[in-house]
Amino acid sequence: MNANTKKSNLIAYLINFIGILLLFLAFTGLFKSNLLGARTSYIMGICTTACYTIIMVASLNVLVGVMGEFSLGHAGFMSVGAYASAIVTNALAGSGIPAILLFIIALITGGIASGITGILVGIPALRLRGDYLAIVTVAFAEIIRVAFCNFEITGGGRTMSGITKLSNFYWCFWVTVVCITVMYMFVRSRFGRTVKAIREDYIAASASGVNVTFYKVMTFTFSAFFAGVAGAMYAHYMTAMIPTNFNFNYSAEFLTEVIIGGTGSFTGSIIGAAFLSALPEAMRQFSIYRMLAYSIVLVLVMIFRPGGIFGTYEFSLTRILKRLVSGDLFNSGKKKALAAQAGGDIHE
Amino acid sequence: MNEQSKNITGTKEPVLKAQHLGIIFGGLKAVDDFCLEIGESELVGLIGPNGAGKTTVFNMLTGVYQPTEGSFYLCGEKMNGKKTHQVVAAGIARTFQNIRLFKKLTVLENVKVAMNMYMHYSLASSILRLPKYWKEEIEIEEKAYELLDIVHLRDKADFIAENLPYGQQRRLEIARALATGMKLLLLDEPAAGMNPTETAELLDIINVIRDKFHISVLLIEHDMSLVMKICERIQVIDYGVTIASGKPEEIANNPKVIEAYLGKDDEEVALPC
Amino acid sequence: MPLYEKECERKREKERKVFLMQLALFIQSVINGLNQGAIYALIALGYTMVYGIIRMINFAHGDFIMVGAYTLFYTIPLMISAGMPAWLSVLVAILVCVAVGITVEVVAYRPVRSQGSMTALITALAMSLFLENLAMVLFGANPKSVPAIFTLPTVSFLGATLQTKYLLTFGIGACMMIALQLFVKKTRMGKAMRAVPQDKEASTLMGIHVNKIITTTFAIGSGLAAVAALMYCSTYPRCTTDMGSMMGLKAFIAAVLGGIGSIPGAMVGGLVVGLVEIFVKVYIAPGWYEAITYGLLIVVLLVKPSGILGKNIGEKV
Repeated sequence: MNANTKKSNLIAYLINFIGILLLFLAFTGLFKSNLLGARTSYIMGICTTACYTIIMVASLNVLVGVMGEFSLGHAGFMSVGAYASAIVTNALAGSGIPAILLFIIALITGGIASGITGILVGIPALRLRGDYLAIVTVAFAEIIRVAFCNFEITGGGRTMSGITKLSNFYWCFWVTVVCITVMYMFVRSRFGRTVKAIREDYIAASASGVNVTFYKVMTFTFSAFFAGVAGAMYAHYMTAMIPTNFNFNYSAEFLTEVIIGGTGSFTGSIIGAAFLSALPEAMRQFSIYRMLAYSIVLVLVMIFRPGGIFGTYEFSLTRILKRLVSGDLFNSGKKKALAAQAGGDIHE
Repeated sequence: MNEQSKNITGTKEPVLKAQHLGIIFGGLKAVDDFCLEIGESELVGLIGPNGAGKTTVFNMLTGVYQPTEGSFYLCGEKMNGKKTHQVVAAGIARTFQNIRLFKKLTVLENVKVAMNMYMHYSLASSILRLPKYWKEEIEIEEKAYELLDIVHLRDKADFIAENLPYGQQRRLEIARALATGMKLLLLDEPAAGMNPTETAELLDIINVIRDKFHISVLLIEHDMSLVMKICERIQVIDYGVTIASGKPEEIANNPKVIEAYLGKDDEEVALPC
Repeated sequence: MPLYEKECERKREKERKVFLMQLALFIQSVINGLNQGAIYALIALGYTMVYGIIRMINFAHGDFIMVGAYTLFYTIPLMISAGMPAWLSVLVAILVCVAVGITVEVVAYRPVRSQGSMTALITALAMSLFLENLAMVLFGANPKSVPAIFTLPTVSFLGATLQTKYLLTFGIGACMMIALQLFVKKTRMGKAMRAVPQDKEASTLMGIHVNKIITTTFAIGSGLAAVAALMYCSTYPRCTTDMGSMMGLKAFIAAVLGGIGSIPGAMVGGLVVGLVEIFVKVYIAPGWYEAITYGLLIVVLLVKPSGILGKNIGEKV
């Protein structure tokens, strides 16, 4: 990082922002023009599903790819966000607050509730590592599920319905962009660097002055916060939910998507999540084969490409533009992708 | 820390004062009554046969193990009970017998991690890319490059740490330890596995460190030529107990030391008259 | 005054009845708890064996039991119509489970064994998902009712009912534990099994065929799963495709509680978890009993991760 790389980073941020804006306009054009006819709202729904799935997978990737630890209870944090935000918006319903403000309140409430849960779970759980940590996250997620089944305010084990529908695709798109940006900035900073060092060798990190426990809990909470935001988005899209929606299988699905997409690659998480949430809808008649296919793909990935399909590769709009300008398009490997954010050099 | 213990101004407190340090593991006394004083810019060697407890002493001095008896002070400040990262922040850094680098990070990043405690920009700063973020990252990168210059690794700054040859990995570990801004540097067998050229380079680096930063060094080594050349004082331990302490020449001729390394001879060697 | 005496007599009668009911409830809880515990113990034995040898939590172990249960569902009617006792179908279940276990090990676990525990964990998870969803595809999502396996008498005492097949469950569990313990401690193969986790390279140098040992361990673990399936189905005659993951987690808690890697530990852990579950369900809060079990796991892992009977292994710096 020197004065030059700072300049090139800032330019990269601008380029990426323009790219995302163009993407948003493309989506808006596609939906408003009614090109898809009767299926427009259906497809918009899938895209909204993709949005919160992307946030979930990306936030889990921060934990798994960057910090190198497992969580098989991520759906638990999502449920905390979902229920907390639903309770708040139900209480505020009819108070005349404009919808967009209500949506933002819901998201922030969900995130904070989940973040607090993250601290409470993280402090004891992160004393463990590897297999044991994975099991403990399952245990905590199950405790959360049982708790929600027993509290009346969350429906007492039955479906909680009547949640205000606030998640429309256009808002969700930008929320997703903001979330991914924040996560990306975290990873490309001294925090991300320190956490990666902890992943590589926590003893050496400690011997380099790093307060390992602090950074682990911080990252865990950070990841949980975004799971809560995704949960809030989920609740205000589905408008009805039951604690068993957020069971171990859902957590396992997210982890599968992280691993297949590529631990440590935001591009992989985004594409993986988008693709895999669109897939069930596209393969409606094959839905029972879906998880079967996932698990086979997962085993194959583990055997042949343990870093995931994308590994640590990040899509970079600036890189492609540079190649275009220098005339070297053939080697760019450009892909049509949804919101992708990566830029800057390795010198950050 | 009060003014008195700030060593740069040349005060009474030694950089390291270890008093009767000892530790028991499950009934076995791994280190017993370890005493050592190191002054500013002093280079002391800690030698002894394998398994004598040298790395255990290092582990105690860096908060990895808590001593079961005795205490130690850094510039007058008591260090017992501090966790590793607190000890490092206070001013003791170390390298490891089996190199522990952040393998998948670059050489530059390895050094930057150790400087994290000197960076203060907040999470919000990094997310919003406020000016403080840019300022601190640029400063740290300059300092990191300076440290890499000392260990002759500047041109390898963007290499992935695990791809470096062994000798360079060891030097990177030293650079990383230096980055913590310590007053006392513990080197655990820095020359292990190095050929004579690399060892000579290492010697240079250690001398430069002492001259430039005025830091004290405690060195565990098996390479006797290096130890004899560079150490001002040597302490010998065997089975956790200090058996000799003094200048290199004294240690070389000390019968107890020879016995510890070579074992006792039943017969006298007949010297040619 | 006879009226007053009659009142006292009635009161005393009532108190006696209440006491007897409480006693009956207590004893019934103990019985149910021990039975539940014995089932968990049988499952935990499989986890602990595999972990003890290759230091890996086989997430799919619970699903091996599911495989066994479905095998029983299909073979018991065949046995009955052939005029043979229903429980003989456990032999078929054992064969199927062992086949599945060995296949999973060779096809999925062995190729990734060298790559670290994270990869192994994910592969195990993937195998678990695979088995569950394969079962869903093959057998459908509806639960299946397993026909009665044992027709053994029910004994009542002190107001509690004891189904004697519970004694069978308990007895089989104890026998398995003793047999395994003897096998591991006394036989050559058992010694080899204990050597492998200590030092794989040294074991190979000593002439131990590591792959064969590991495969054998999986075979034994899977066979145990089939027996556990039998005992489970005799108490709860229903199989679903997700029964494996629920039970697997509880049994894993049992194994960790007793000390993972310790065979008697699995027994102790299983009984403790079974008793705690039933007692919490009956006496404390029926809606929360699962949370208490998971809470117990968390507490154990934080306070004494080596479990009740396990040993602590630190990390060398």
